[in-house]
Amino acid sequence: MRPVYTVTGGVSKFAKARNDKTFQALIKEAYSDAIDDIGLDFQTFTSIVDGSVASYFSDHFTRQLMAGIMGQDYLGLCPKPSHRVEGGGATGGLCFQEAWKSVASGHMDVCVAYGFETMSHVETWKGNEFIALASDVSWDYPVGGFYSGYYAMMVTRHMKEYGTTVEQMAHVSVKNHINAYYNSFSQKRNRYTIEDIRSSTMVAWPLTRLDICVMSDGAATAILVSEEGLKKLEDAGAHIKRPLVKITGIGRGTDAMRMADRPHVDYDTFMRDYATEQEKDSEATKAAYKKLWDKGTRYPGVHSFRAGRTAGNMAYRHAGIYDPLNELDFIELHDAYTSSEIQTYEDLGLCTYGEGGPFAESGKAFMPGIDYGLALKDEPVCAVNPSGGLIACGHPVGATGLMQAVFALWQLQGSIESHFGDPTLQVKDAQRGAIHSHAGTGTYVTVTILETED
Amino acid sequence: MAKLSSKRPETLGGYIVHGIPFPAELDPDALAFLKRMRPLLIEHEYKVTYLHSYAQDSPWFAAASNKKLLASRDPDSGYTYATPRGHDMYSGEETEWIDITHRNAQVHAFTVCYFGSEEFLPETPYILALIEFEDVDTLFLTRLMGLDPDRASLDWIGMAVEPRFLRNSKLKPTDVYFLPKN
Repeated sequence: MRPVYTVTGGVSKFAKARNDKTFQALIKEAYSDAIDDIGLDFQTFTSIVDGSVASYFSDHFTRQLMAGIMGQDYLGLCPKPSHRVEGGGATGGLCFQEAWKSVASGHMDVCVAYGFETMSHVETWKGNEFIALASDVSWDYPVGGFYSGYYAMMVTRHMKEYGTTVEQMAHVSVKNHINAYYNSFSQKRNRYTIEDIRSSTMVAWPLTRLDICVMSDGAATAILVSEEGLKKLEDAGAHIKRPLVKITGIGRGTDAMRMADRPHVDYDTFMRDYATEQEKDSEATKAAYKKLWDKGTRYPGVHSFRAGRTAGNMAYRHAGIYDPLNELDFIELHDAYTSSEIQTYEDLGLCTYGEGGPFAESGKAFMPGIDYGLALKDEPVCAVNPSGGLIACGHPVGATGLMQAVFALWQLQGSIESHFGDPTLQVKDAQRGAIHSHAGTGTYVTVTILETED
Repeated sequence: MAKLSSKRPETLGGYIVHGIPFPAELDPDALAFLKRMRPLLIEHEYKVTYLHSYAQDSPWFAAASNKKLLASRDPDSGYTYATPRGHDMYSGEETEWIDITHRNAQVHAFTVCYFGSEEFLPETPYILALIEFEDVDTLFLTRLMGLDPDRASLDWIGMAVEPRFLRNSKLKPTDVYFLPKN
């Protein structure tokens, strides 16, 4: 595989409704920002780019099949190669990795990953129904299943197994909303307290409206290149920021569509197939896990995402990461729910299984220098969702994973201030970050590692 | 009396309008002005009737309509699925049907839904639960009845439950639901 870099990206304004533009024009908004950011004009870039990957989740929202090709022709990219990827909430993360494959394999030197979703075309509850159709329509959806309900069931089990509290979940919401307060791209810019989160309307016990991301319209674009592609762009006059940002880790995992079907494996199987290398080397962690299993915990059940653990382990192995909490400077994590951010802390090895709740309120995942109005026990170590995440930035599904990639790129370039118009969210000396994209009840998960090149 | 909401509910639906405001003459100023128009939003209804096959899972629905709860089991390993599947995911072998109607069962996880997909909004609040059965390796998603949704408690997890069946089957997984065991 060849080295692959991501050199520029663009994010449209995310909003509850972007009735001002068709989805093609929304893609163009993000695409033009990406090209403008490296100082090229439309025609010059078009003459260099080799092809694209399109990302959107639902044909139902657009009531349009083959919307990908409509984006491709609007961008003037025909007859260059392209395909659409779809994998629920992980669609954007999968798209970014497919673009990586196109370049790493030598098939393309310059590849555009673009994604969008226009969810405002139906009422919220019809939107919930469309999203719920991404669960088993014979067994899950007809029971009254919808995604907030599925995640609420997961977290009641997490609470029962590990003692996780609703206040710990609310810490995630406070953190992500207040981070987004400094992000001009975010859909919601509010300062909330723990009390605000808990007194918000109950959606699916114990998840309140402020524990849950919102539906959005929006688009995002990332441009990936080989060393040859980089040279082609720079020879054409592109100003590519240094340090270069290289993609050094790719990981993916899957799990059964029906979370009822997930296994409940024993301790030895967990340690052999799912434990991180760091966990395998730690006698204290192994003893703590043994204690959990002796008490009745089984893995992954419905409280953990083995797809996320598998994707993380794969990406860490690829990038040579052993201690993710201390070797990653930030993570843009798929926080569709505060509870799933906590579950994912554990899957990604930022803490051990069972410690996600205390980790959430510890302060380790918070940004330094921001007043959250909370008494945090620990200093920040690895900022999780410095952008504000899905909960505050919005979740136009096909664009979300690409939005994470663009925000990660800007962190590593040190260009957050110029893009957000505010330096507060710039992670100091950021050298390595991860983006995590997650579908369904944890059915497809991608983890991608990006880092600055020395 | 509780205070009225600060927002009136937003719904689709409205008047059919003929004659959209538009410049009478398309001179250059009028054409340029078109860029400042607010977008037009139209309603479009899309209704589909599917002929959905339960295929190899069909016996489960036939059983539920006869007040029996079936599960699938790998004939060699005995690995048992509470939600049926035609083939075992570990051996790849075809599963066999077993009757779990009278197995001990308990709540594994649950939630109270105060909102939901559009189709289920009229039924809120309702309780969704994942049920675990004795000697069964996977769970079953169902509705839990007979409890007060406003008194949700983690103590419900582990509660012994038993199945009840609709008298008039709808051939849906909701033909069976669960109640706390007496």
